[in-house]
Amino acid sequence: MKNRSLVSISDYTIEEQIKILELAAEFEKNPRQKILENHVVASLFFEPSTRTRLSFESAAAQLSAKIVGFSEASSSSVSKGETLKDTILTVSNYSDIIVMRHPREGSAKYADEVAPVPIINAGDGAHQHPTQTLLDMYSIMKTQGKLDNLNIAFVGDLKYGRTVHSLVMALCQFNTTFHLVSPTELKLPSYVKQHIKDNNHTYHQYTEMNEVIPLVDILYMTRIQKERFADPIEYERVKDAYILRLSMLADARDNMKVLHPLPRVNEIDKDVDDSPQAYYFQQAKNGVFVRMALLASILGVV
Amino acid sequence: MEERKELKVNAIENGTVIDHIPTQSVFQVIHMLSLNVCDNQILFGTNLDSQKYGKKGIIKVSNRFFDPRDANKIALVAPTATIIEIRNYKVTKKKNVLIPDSVDEFVKCVNPNCITNHEDVVTHFTVIDKKDVKLQCRYCEKTTAKDNFTFK
Repeated sequence: MKNRSLVSISDYTIEEQIKILELAAEFEKNPRQKILENHVVASLFFEPSTRTRLSFESAAAQLSAKIVGFSEASSSSVSKGETLKDTILTVSNYSDIIVMRHPREGSAKYADEVAPVPIINAGDGAHQHPTQTLLDMYSIMKTQGKLDNLNIAFVGDLKYGRTVHSLVMALCQFNTTFHLVSPTELKLPSYVKQHIKDNNHTYHQYTEMNEVIPLVDILYMTRIQKERFADPIEYERVKDAYILRLSMLADARDNMKVLHPLPRVNEIDKDVDDSPQAYYFQQAKNGVFVRMALLASILGVV
Repeated sequence: MEERKELKVNAIENGTVIDHIPTQSVFQVIHMLSLNVCDNQILFGTNLDSQKYGKKGIIKVSNRFFDPRDANKIALVAPTATIIEIRNYKVTKKKNVLIPDSVDEFVKCVNPNCITNHEDVVTHFTVIDKKDVKLQCRYCEKTTAKDNFTFK
């Protein structure tokens, strides 16, 4: 994968994705390695995303890379009106790889076309966030020991969640049964459901979470945002139905894990945090190992 | 001979006739080819009778011939159009337009948050549906359908 940009998860074949996950497992065993000592990683965050930025920068730092960049557009020359192309070309002179988060959709693909160095897309608007998808896959593989033949539930806002769409698409590469729990207003878009069908997988739709919990290996929670509802009364009516509480986990399978892309607001009650099913903080930690694997692979040191 | 009788727009000596344009697309074709700002003599008609389509539009441009790239542009809004080249009042070439596999540069992406609408980026689309004419943006991957076409 040397010098290969990661703009969209589909840029990598399924074998390459698995290879990244296997490499991430190696880094998890031995995270501090000075293998990127002679490399400079540019971290360009045109919009703030503390979690993703720190995860990437921690991954780079643990491998001894030097990090340059900015954490919001206002502290860069973008605020002076510089074009994305000029910023990317300039920063390419200073670094071996660019990690980029940008509010416009398609910006990562465009940056990849103009940049002489590889690009890792750390989120381009509502379009793609492939490293989140890989860390979700890693978390599933690590907790279940496999990616095949799993029952996976997605709960909450399935309509607007980029994370959910990408992960569903990625899991369609494996034998997965999908359980989709959402208010009627926030159902998974039909093109994503069509993708499930095209890959000969099955999905079941629900408006309540309770009946799903005993059936699944992974419960992937997402936040429901009030502003997604045209009618605020409707939001008030449904919001509590999508809050996971400890008591609801009584009939969960032993291997079942609760995932969440974070940040959470109130959709997972804090009592759940100490349950054996809670995995969302470990999931965030896994993001660092996956990003180490990506940086090392693309920079060609492994 | 029969066709000649029905002509509602005068014949031209040299140039291109774009025939069988869907009536509602005539002005779009004019804009796509920048005929509204060119110096050539142009005759056009809309809502003309057509045996094949009921109603049709036609544009005649004197002393101008279009390259295939421009013909492909027309196909996006006027897939039924025929391009007829006239030299010395005689038809020297006649062909139907073809919807291309890809479309570059002149169509805008429908997604207001697409990078191509915020930076000086040339648009690139793959034609994912030739029947209904749907274009997928290379950058944001959103689909721009025929009804939403605006031209750069």
